[in-house]
Amino acid sequence: MPTTFFGWIHLLLEEYGSLFLQGAGTTMFIAVVGTTAGFAIGLLVAILRTIPLKPSTPHWQQRLVQGLKTVLSVYIEVFRGTPMIVQAMVVYYGALQYLRLDIPALSAAFLVVSVNTGAYMAEIVRGGILSVDKGQKEAATAVGLTHWQSMTSVILPQAVRSILPAVGNEFVVNIKDSSVLNVISVTEVYFMSKSAAGTYLKYFEVFFITAVIYFVLTFTTTRLLRLIEKKMSGKDSYTIYGSQSDPNAQIVFTREDR
Amino acid sequence: MESGNPIIEITGLEKRFGPNTVLKGVDLSVSKGQVVCLIGPSGSGKSTLLRCINLLETPDAGTICFQGQDVTQMPPGPLHAKIGMVFQQFNLFGNLNALDNCVLGQMKVLKRSRSKSEEIAQKYLERVGMLPYRDARPDQLSGGQKQRVAIARALSMDPEVLMFDEPTSALDPEMVDEVLSVIKTLKDGGLTMLIVTHEMAFARDAADRIVFMDAGQLVEDGRPEALFTHPENPRTRAFLSRSLRGQGIGTP
Repeated sequence: MPTTFFGWIHLLLEEYGSLFLQGAGTTMFIAVVGTTAGFAIGLLVAILRTIPLKPSTPHWQQRLVQGLKTVLSVYIEVFRGTPMIVQAMVVYYGALQYLRLDIPALSAAFLVVSVNTGAYMAEIVRGGILSVDKGQKEAATAVGLTHWQSMTSVILPQAVRSILPAVGNEFVVNIKDSSVLNVISVTEVYFMSKSAAGTYLKYFEVFFITAVIYFVLTFTTTRLLRLIEKKMSGKDSYTIYGSQSDPNAQIVFTREDR
Repeated sequence: MESGNPIIEITGLEKRFGPNTVLKGVDLSVSKGQVVCLIGPSGSGKSTLLRCINLLETPDAGTICFQGQDVTQMPPGPLHAKIGMVFQQFNLFGNLNALDNCVLGQMKVLKRSRSKSEEIAQKYLERVGMLPYRDARPDQLSGGQKQRVAIARALSMDPEVLMFDEPTSALDPEMVDEVLSVIKTLKDGGLTMLIVTHEMAFARDAADRIVFMDAGQLVEDGRPEALFTHPENPRTRAFLSRSLRGQGIGTP
């Protein structure tokens, strides 16, 4: 048995390296799927929540849209107002007990993370839409575009540009927060670490490795997102550094694209 | 004033914003091919009138008929696009270049093919002198250039009526003329136009008819030469003497 810290690290990596890698892969998979699907949900919810209601629209249509908006508000409030760890338990065991559905843990993970992220994304997208000048919607209406058309071809493309940093944040949060899915036995990196730690009862050494893995994953991701952001935004773009963790967080305005 | 069938017929139009009544029973009829300039002090309801016609605002009372059809019953789409609008703040689609600004509506609303849409868009960009800037994004253009692209965008939809909501008010003085001269060329094309403007010299030269609005009502309505030289209503007279002096045209 090793006697030093690094000795243990070496041994654990040798023995459980592939386990860690597998777990990291699953974690990233969940984060990518959850963020992408959540983003799609957020866009859709935002389009539905901004359907304009005029006095001239038929009564039944107004009721329908009003009802839909209420349902969406409830969805957002409920999923932002309860912890994801609890949502995972409720969905997984609820499906098992009451719907007799033994969904694979990974599918349950995709579902929970997507729907949870969707609730946050809906609010982020709403903020993005509010940041687009009202005249854009008016001009689209004047040209004859429908609500759906003006949202998808004029408003959202501009909104997305300004909310990209926030969307990136959600991605990073998902990488880290998918760790709570270990409660429904999803074999992501935290779950794998727990199994590895149990064998030799070396919790500190194992979770030191886990911390490094998480950091590498999030750090790489934020750098990649920065690159994408730079590509997407035109002139007068801004970049936000390590928005929630970096003490040197700063906003830099750059002029490009002339 | 009326000649031929009215293309726009407004009766008893009222619009309130909260406790403010902005339009107090407006009746207006515009015949095909007419160029009507709406003048009047700020807050008199000129812009609101245009916005009601284009359904950007919902009227509280009265009817607006376009070619005999009630506009409040018109769904968004091709029919809606028959009434074009040019805004004070241009409102070019910020995510699209000049050409695509003119193409988008044609493809989505009029269901034209991309090549056909581009051909028409280029024709109108050429007409407003903006073809060399077809690939430029709105934030790369000056105010006057943006407004000219906005006019091309509106024309690309083959409107029957084109409305201008203070098209030069947000422009630097040296850019006003480039936009006004474009609008004048449209007059020669026989397009029906409703223009809200503070440019009195332009209104006098370009309009077939001037409508003076004050406090939510149509106060006076007549041919430019008559209205500018012999305004009948004291409110018109007061407004004209104020604004004509300001623009160095000489008082009536």
